Amino acid sequence: MATDKRELAVAALQCGTVIDHIPSEALFKCVKILGIETMPHKLTIGNNLESKRLGTKGIIKVADTFFPEATLNRIALIAPSAVVNIIRDYEVVEKRRVELPKVIKGIVKCDNPKCITNNEPMATVFEVVDGAENLIRCHYCNHTVANGKANIL
Amino acid sequence: MNPNSLVSIDGLTKEQILDLLQTARYFEEHPNHKILDGKVVATLFFEPSTRTRLSFETAVNRLGGRVIGFSDASTTSSSKGETLKDTIKMVSNYVDLIIMRHYLEGAARYATEVTDVPVVNAGDGANQHPSQTMLDLYSILKTQGTLENLTITMVGDLKYGRTVHSLLMAMKYFNPTFRFVACDELKMPREYVEFCRKQGIAFEEHTDFSRDVIDSSDIIYMTRVQRERFSDIMEYEKVKDLYTLRNSMLDTSKENLRILHPLPRVNEINQDVDDNPKAYYFDQARNGLYARQAIICRALGISPEKI
Ligand SMILES: [Zn+2]
Repeated sequence: MATDKRELAVAALQCGTVIDHIPSEALFKCVKILGIETMPHKLTIGNNLESKRLGTKGIIKVADTFFPEATLNRIALIAPSAVVNIIRDYEVVEKRRVELPKVIKGIVKCDNPKCITNNEPMATVFEVVDGAENLIRCHYCNHTVANGKANIL
Repeated sequence: MNPNSLVSIDGLTKEQILDLLQTARYFEEHPNHKILDGKVVATLFFEPSTRTRLSFETAVNRLGGRVIGFSDASTTSSSKGETLKDTIKMVSNYVDLIIMRHYLEGAARYATEVTDVPVVNAGDGANQHPSQTMLDLYSILKTQGTLENLTITMVGDLKYGRTVHSLLMAMKYFNPTFRFVACDELKMPREYVEFCRKQGIAFEEHTDFSRDVIDSSDIIYMTRVQRERFSDIMEYEKVKDLYTLRNSMLDTSKENLRILHPLPRVNEINQDVDDNPKAYYFDQARNGLYARQAIICRALGISPEKI
């Protein structure tokens, strides 16, 4: 494979996880949700890269790390287009889309100031609204919010 | 989490609603059946609501149970910064049932998650108030002889009125036809209109409280239009009298029509309606006692008909 030095400034991963096709505006929220800020592994974050599908996209590469599926699926809330590549020995051994879980625990802050979750030391819980895939509802106060507008804790 | 807790009306199946209504009817016939002997019930009112508290406490007393609790959060440890969780856990050591009202939305749901004692929601902010809905359903059943195939007209503040939202959700089992009568500023929120569409419930939206609408209704459910709901005070002045019911408006209405209102009213029902036999709002409030007796028994897993 020919390497174009002007485009690929990052070495290929020997082993680890690549998350591709993240909408640019969601990239840093994904970084936060995945909790990779404090990881000791080699980490590459790219943003505003060209993408046929999204216009511009972000990408996250983490060496020697394999996230639990549930953790990866949490980013589906703000990056439903994201694709996860598992790399071993420089080869993509698994490739899949992220999937939004039915119940989202402890990532989204409820917008309702009178919600119990904003007044007690407790985790938030949101559920995907039946028949409206792009809406989530607070399990406690029933306020709804569009996925893309969700306030990430 | 106790499975007999009642947080929200949409947590109930059709069968569970009908069971509760049947028990309410039993209590109307036997209001002083002392089946809570030895039981202690907590009424925790983090937000004062005299009307609801008196109704629940009367229900417990008529059933022969004992009540502990408070009627105002400023007199409790929560005013010293104790969490809701800690208050609920502490009270759970003492009682068989917790009836709670809270100014925060979702408080009752959270309470059910931190205790094994059954919890009955007596109102959580603008969110849920299932005992109000049960007494509304009981009032409709009692006056119409059925809950099926009725034309129900909701009037006034349909945007913020949680009683009309909960009633709408509960009626989904009974093939209703709804009329929503409100000004643009206070019309039925999108999500409830969508709910009707999805459930195949027939509905019409009106800005006029017209004779046609009144004459074809089985139930008219009036609500308060409050000045503070309006961003523009001129708008309030313009609409406040458009949704007031007067006795003369009922001249040609159906014989079985009944007027409901969650009370307290301000001026949305003229005093001259009170003596019309179709005015049902005062009896409606009394039905709250029987509905709450039924809710309390269900929460404690007691069937009064069998004792
Ligand atoms: Zn909430």
